[in-house]
Amino acid sequence: MEEDRVAELKEIARQVRIDILKMLAKAGSGHTGGSLSAVEIVTALYFAKMRHNPERPDWEERDRFVLSKGHGVPVLYAVLGRCGYFDRKHFETLRQLGSLLQGHPYSGLTPGIEVSTGSLGQGLSQANGIALATRLNRKDCRVYVLLGDGESQEGLIWEAAMTSAHYKIDHLCAITDNNGLQIDGPVSKVMAVEPIARKWEAFGWHVLEVDGHRFEEILAALDCAENTKGRPTMIVAHTVKGKGVSFMENQVKYHGTVPTPQELELALKELQV
Amino acid sequence: MVEMLGTREMYGDTLVELGSENEDIVVLDSDLSSSTRTSKFGERFPERFFNMGVSEQDMIDTAAGLAASGKIPFASTFAIFATGRAWEMIRQSVCYPKNNVKIVATHGGITVGPDGASHQCMEDIALMRVLPNMTVIVPADAHEARAAIRFAAKNRGPFYIRLARDKFPVLYSPDLDFELGRARVQRVGREATIIAAGLMVHEALKAIDLLEGQGLRVGLINMSSIKPLDRQAVLDAARTTGAIVTAEEHSILGGLGSAVAEVLAEECPTPMRRIGVRDLFGTSGEPQALLAHYGLTAQEIARAVGEVIGLKTGGENR
Repeated sequence: MEEDRVAELKEIARQVRIDILKMLAKAGSGHTGGSLSAVEIVTALYFAKMRHNPERPDWEERDRFVLSKGHGVPVLYAVLGRCGYFDRKHFETLRQLGSLLQGHPYSGLTPGIEVSTGSLGQGLSQANGIALATRLNRKDCRVYVLLGDGESQEGLIWEAAMTSAHYKIDHLCAITDNNGLQIDGPVSKVMAVEPIARKWEAFGWHVLEVDGHRFEEILAALDCAENTKGRPTMIVAHTVKGKGVSFMENQVKYHGTVPTPQELELALKELQV
Repeated sequence: MVEMLGTREMYGDTLVELGSENEDIVVLDSDLSSSTRTSKFGERFPERFFNMGVSEQDMIDTAAGLAASGKIPFASTFAIFATGRAWEMIRQSVCYPKNNVKIVATHGGITVGPDGASHQCMEDIALMRVLPNMTVIVPADAHEARAAIRFAAKNRGPFYIRLARDKFPVLYSPDLDFELGRARVQRVGREATIIAAGLMVHEALKAIDLLEGQGLRVGLINMSSIKPLDRQAVLDAARTTGAIVTAEEHSILGGLGSAVAEVLAEECPTPMRRIGVRDLFGTSGEPQALLAHYGLTAQEIARAVGEVIGLKTGGENR
């Protein structure tokens, strides 16, 4: 049963990667590496963890997902499209004038996008605000937010980290997509954020570490977070930037570039299309 | 004796009023709640009051999240920290997605006084006015402040309301109605019109008295709704009096004077002067001394009116 479920999620993840690569190649610009590193995390949330209803994106009882690292939005579009929030034909229009799919998440336009991000560091505070509102409204919802490791260089992340712990927002679970690279190079060289786990612990968070590409580990951590009361949970997910396409893995270059037609062909071959 | 009433005192009381009328009203502050008077709301509704500590950026984005989930957050701190420190959060998370966040800042302008330049905000109107979807209001007395705050609570979308540290003379009655984008014509003029906001409305009234002694009938518009601006009121004043002076406790760059100049330049070029802080930082001092030091006085307004009337008639000031 559990094995079947994981196999099913792996197949969805494969499809999501294909959609990401195709939409980015078509768009001609965008962020490939950080979309691919978060595929298992976002897939696990939408297909195995969150209570949500694509027919009713504004359902009050829904769990919320905030993509704080907004440049990774292709993975979210791929997952939302596959869930049925909008027609997947929109993938082809990514980043074009008049598209439903903006270059970075825009809540004012795209069904299923909760928060407008793209300017880094701003997602966690907004997730806190959402969580405080659902608490006041006595709604039993959970709030998830995905951060980048490079993004954690933003001071606002740590202001927000204090807020989550201070207000004991235990229905909030943050995940760091710890892929180790940012646009200018390795995070450790540009501006070290390690030890990430100890930083969050020091800020009063319950911290878990997982392999961010293993569904079993991600889902176990998400369940553990749900059962943790009195403080928020941070899941540090160790990931590989560009995961799933051999020549993109751990390559800084694919932070902000997209596959050429030839590269797309090779990548799709690797993904057994 | 003119009755004096604080706009921030009125803010605190109005928040308590709103809080008991509507459960969705929530309030955030960045460790200045005793100064902004949001503490009154905090004492009455502790569950709906969030002190964020000294973190204005986090305050604005948390407010955005609360708004995204149906709450009506009022976020407050001093004007420079609200609009300067957290500007990009206001742009990205409040204005762009049209989140229903009300930013009510106190301590706008030079009359913050002894705290000096770090705390004197002469840039907030410019910073907020440039943002799409933002509404900008600068009330001229406590009753107008209350009306504007109540209006903001009832109408969806981002608002910026600028209040002051010092008390203002009372100008209006407590049952004043606020109408967005509608200027208040205080005096109808003949030779010139002053368009002012906030504290400078009161200086303008004194200037009008001075000018009356010289046989000049000068009009006055309280342009509390800076965005949207009452363009028609500006054009009517320009056409009927042919000379305009703006007055604001703000930089002459980007604020009310600029907004009025934009309308006139495009639609009705008219001789004009701007009274405001002339591209300078503030400095420590008592409020009245500072107003004199930076030329934000009735005398300066009256002088500018004389000058602009001279321009209109093609006099030697041209």
